[in-house]
Amino acid sequence: MWIGGYLVVSALIFSIGAAGVLVRRNPLVILLCLELMLNGANLALVAFARMWGGASGQIFALIVMVVAACEVTVGLGLIVAIHRRRLPIDVDELRELQG
Amino acid sequence: MSATTSAWLVLLCPLVGSVVIALGFRRFPGRASGWLGTAVITLSFAFAVVTLVKLLGYGPAHRQFVSTLWKYDFTAGVDAKVQILVDPLSVFMILAVSGVSALIHLYSVAYMTSDRGYTRYFSYLNFFVFSMLLLVLAGNFIILIVGWAFVGFASYVLISFWYRRRTATRAGIKAFVINVVGDVGLVLATFVLFQHTHSVDYLKVFHAAHHVFGHNSPALVVACLLLGVAAFAKSAQIPLHTWLPDAMEGPTPVSALIHAATMVTAGVYLIARMHPLFDQAPTAGDVTAIGGCLTLLIAATIALVMVDIKRVIAYSTMSQIGYMIMGVSVGAYSAGMFHLMTHAFFKALLFMAAGSLISAMAGSQSLDRMGGFRKAMPFTFVCFLVGGLALTGLPPFSGWLSKDDILAFLDHRGGGFIALGIAGYVGAFMTALYTFRMIFRAFFGEPVREARSLEEGHLAHADVPTNPATGEEEDTDVGFPGPEHHIAERDMPMKVAMAALAVLALIGGVLQIPGVDRSIERFLEPTFADSVLSREVPSTSTDWVGLAIGAAIAILGIAIAYRIWFAAPDTAPNLRRRFAPIYTLFVNKWYFDELIDLLIVRPTLMLGRLGDSVLERIVVARGVTGGTESAVRAGSAAVRRSQTGFLRYYAAGMVLFLAAVTLYFLVSST
Repeated sequence: MWIGGYLVVSALIFSIGAAGVLVRRNPLVILLCLELMLNGANLALVAFARMWGGASGQIFALIVMVVAACEVTVGLGLIVAIHRRRLPIDVDELRELQG
Repeated sequence: MSATTSAWLVLLCPLVGSVVIALGFRRFPGRASGWLGTAVITLSFAFAVVTLVKLLGYGPAHRQFVSTLWKYDFTAGVDAKVQILVDPLSVFMILAVSGVSALIHLYSVAYMTSDRGYTRYFSYLNFFVFSMLLLVLAGNFIILIVGWAFVGFASYVLISFWYRRRTATRAGIKAFVINVVGDVGLVLATFVLFQHTHSVDYLKVFHAAHHVFGHNSPALVVACLLLGVAAFAKSAQIPLHTWLPDAMEGPTPVSALIHAATMVTAGVYLIARMHPLFDQAPTAGDVTAIGGCLTLLIAATIALVMVDIKRVIAYSTMSQIGYMIMGVSVGAYSAGMFHLMTHAFFKALLFMAAGSLISAMAGSQSLDRMGGFRKAMPFTFVCFLVGGLALTGLPPFSGWLSKDDILAFLDHRGGGFIALGIAGYVGAFMTALYTFRMIFRAFFGEPVREARSLEEGHLAHADVPTNPATGEEEDTDVGFPGPEHHIAERDMPMKVAMAALAVLALIGGVLQIPGVDRSIERFLEPTFADSVLSREVPSTSTDWVGLAIGAAIAILGIAIAYRIWFAAPDTAPNLRRRFAPIYTLFVNKWYFDELIDLLIVRPTLMLGRLGDSVLERIVVARGVTGGTESAVRAGSAAVRRSQTGFLRYYAAGMVLFLAAVTLYFLVSST
């Protein structure tokens, strides 16, 4: 099987996600973009697992999904908390934590 | 019980006493701690007598015992043992030390009654006696150094006993620092001796010294001079004497203890103990003899003009110790030790009588304010007179026989030693002058207010207790002499102690009368048998000529003192006016304090300030610690600037970093 196509799609999804994280200021969108990056990686993992016929890549992908679910929970919780305190939903405005 | 066992017990008693009294602080009622302290020292004296009896049971050639309690350590060739040497010299010393100390303790029981630090005082006092006994019984240099340092510490705590007095604490520090100079001398001397003889045991060192060192070999002379430094610091000889007059800040019985029994005699003992070394290094002996001679003259001149009665006696001690140092340095060992013993009797007596007098004066020590106490205090007067006559050296008092024994020996040795002998006679003349100056001024003449009220039965009390040195008002609650005063006429323990010493000062001389009895010399002979010099004993007729000269000089001195301070009281002010420059020199103590201040204290202080301003402030604060601090500060400032708080910058950094790593691996793998 030709793996190049999968990897190209995977890299595209990852790059779109990374660019989204870097350019967007809404934390909700940044979280979505993070999900894109993770799933891009997942696609590569599954593709490689398919190529070698092993199970470990697929298991990695499952674990990444679990981690992503946790991360989203925490992230959304944070966003709700920020919203409740009537703070701006904008990562550039939330910059008190500095040297 | 063997001789060494009882000698160990002599040491143990005061140590146990000191510890028990210290632990019972605040629990002992009334005078209990005083009586306990006196009892243990008396017990110690009893054991010293037992040791003497045991020792006399052996033949003269076998009266030398070494006893080791335990071996402390053996390292780098140094065999450190807890070891004592029991021989006639050390037994002589423990008898004198414990005997006189017991009487001083007895005196203190009453004298210190109203002091808040009563228990503390007796704990210190017992420790002082223990230290001195350890010093004289030591069987090797290690224990000697320990005892030597203990004595220095004990003197420090007792001189600054009234610790709320600034003058007292300063005097204590001064005594301690000068004593440390002596300690350093002793330790260095031990190093030199150990380097050449490979041992620290007295007997081994003395034995090896005969083979290792030549006559007057430089190393031995250096060792002996270092021992001389130690002896001079402890015995308050010029130029290390300035601590002794200041030590008068302590309670009067402490002065008696320091001057009579426990401290200043240590230097004399050291030189006598090291006589095999000094015999082989006569140059060092000559140096210490000249030092002693200078001290006895200079101290006597200062004693002539001092107004503080305790300081007069203090300078008199320096002068008398000068005689002893001179004696043991030129080989008159038994005469020197004999004078040490009689001096202990009459000097302790003089201090006790002076203490009683000071109490009657409600703490004032100035001779200017005293007068006419003869009728008010007959007992104190008699005691002071006996002590004074013994100090002056009038026949038949003990001081006459002992001091002139030393001078006769000097005359007998001839040559340059005759000059030392003549200086000794000049000193004896001045001794008579200053002793009777004190007696005439304090006890004769018009009675002062305190004396008159005492005759009517009222002991004078100061309305406001003041420091006699500075006149500052002081509180009697803590760290100061108690509000009540005790005089010998009214307190039995003081009376008994002074009476005993008065008898000893009167008849103590019978132990050694030329041509009749030579008990001291015969007893000490085994210790000094190996000495070449000790065989040069002056003939009985020489001795008697010396004694006659001494007596004549004493009588002359007393007569002149009578003329100056009693018969024609204008003489003293007239003399003072006529010889104003000399008077200024004497009354300023020959400017020794100023000289030491200029030569040692000020340069050291300057060095210290330099270290503070340059080394500490610039090199350390700005360079070493300051440099480290500013480097860390600059580094953290740089790192801090990268923490902007922009989340997306951090994310970009991570992405770029990961991209860079990935690229690196991609490029390097192809």
